[in-house]
Amino acid sequence: MIIVGEKINTSRRSIAEAVENRDVSYIAGVAREQAEAGAHYIDVNAGTFLEQEAKCLCWLVETVQSAVGLPLCIDSPDPRALSEAMKRHKGEPIINSISLETKRFRSLLPVVTSQPCHVVALCVAETSMPTTVEERVQVGSELINRLTDVGFPLERIYVDLLVQPVSVDTRMGIATLGAIARIMNDFPGVNTICGLSNISFGLPARRLINRSFLTLCLAYNLSAVILDPTDKQLMATLLAVEMLLTRDDYCENFINAYQSGRISDR
Amino acid sequence: MSDLKALIEAVIKGDIKSATVETQKALDSGNNAQDILDKGLLVAMDEVGAMFSSGQLFVPQMLRSAKTMQECIKVLEPFFQEGGAISKGKVIIGTVKGDLHDIGKNLVSMMMEGSGFRMFDLGVDVSPERFVQKTQEIEPDIVAMSALLSTTMPSMRQTIEALEQAGIREKVKVMIGGAPVTEKYAREIQADCYAPDAGSAVTKAKGLLDIL
Repeated sequence: MIIVGEKINTSRRSIAEAVENRDVSYIAGVAREQAEAGAHYIDVNAGTFLEQEAKCLCWLVETVQSAVGLPLCIDSPDPRALSEAMKRHKGEPIINSISLETKRFRSLLPVVTSQPCHVVALCVAETSMPTTVEERVQVGSELINRLTDVGFPLERIYVDLLVQPVSVDTRMGIATLGAIARIMNDFPGVNTICGLSNISFGLPARRLINRSFLTLCLAYNLSAVILDPTDKQLMATLLAVEMLLTRDDYCENFINAYQSGRISDR
Repeated sequence: MSDLKALIEAVIKGDIKSATVETQKALDSGNNAQDILDKGLLVAMDEVGAMFSSGQLFVPQMLRSAKTMQECIKVLEPFFQEGGAISKGKVIIGTVKGDLHDIGKNLVSMMMEGSGFRMFDLGVDVSPERFVQKTQEIEPDIVAMSALLSTTMPSMRQTIEALEQAGIREKVKVMIGGAPVTEKYAREIQADCYAPDAGSAVTKAKGLLDIL
């Protein structure tokens, strides 16, 4: 399971303030704590800065990468911001994200093929969001085909099957899960990714819902996840479930995490 | 006029069966449809909105109450006077150009409808031109815009500018909302108000139109 740490997002007030003040040590701290907690990639998102987004995103890329030796998940709906931030990135980032929306697809395709990277393929169609499993699989497949047609490697694609709140429609959880299983089955080698928190929008006890959903995602073969790796209960769930699904030989990761105090039973 | 307490409670609970039965009972005991709406259903939905805003009710419960309200309205519909006022005002609502997110917009629309506003939902990816055209056609009291992406927020400003250019900005109140939207942004683009959630959208809309 590939873990993307989600905490450096300017929709969180403390991060917005740190970016505003160009507070290197605060951002570096949040990057380090996520790396130590087991993140493989650090997500950076400066979406709330609007016109200043590209500039802030570039600053975040440089600041985070000089604090931790990890690649980043560069997160923006804006192709221009992604392109500029990517030029400053060392190594191979995950570009988050491309979709079938005509303008977004056209302007991002040259960006993601310009240097080695991974890309999140977000299942949003030209003019609508999918709701059912079938619609998600259709949009996801189309994205995979269009990317691989221009030579983008399948194993560098992370299909985001779009998590929507169960509070609005109780079928939304199973719609994402079913689509994850189908895409993983239909395109061996491709990755699937999702964030967790949308699932619990509009409901109480959200962390409980999020980690329960994570368990199900793992059982349906999700291969990457965007989450808060410093949430001990969430990480404990992840490690235990991976172990139960035969993805942890000799239960090594689980035991290590327990013995080093990263997870506990309560 | 008989007590509408049981009806109000059933709507708050989202108990469709009891609520429609209570609506029928209220009609049978001689209440007029307008009173049942004003003093029963709308009172209940105000309470639902307030409870939602304060975190006592959650989204599925709010949706259930709104659905219950709609079913009760169906029972009342044949009994409204010609042109019977089931409207606190007309509202055009849509997600702005380039943005396909509709969950928040739909919640707002549903709650406002449940609170007596007449809603005209233009859907998603609504261009400034279309907002203008529909405003001219429908002559709403409020134009409500939603955006979930920071990249599509500028479309709100463009829509307000387009309303100005068409010479109709002064005829409507503009209300905005969506995850990345803030009070500050609303002031910056000279929207009339910002609503952080579906419950407060109702309260703020009433405030804009001076409705108690």
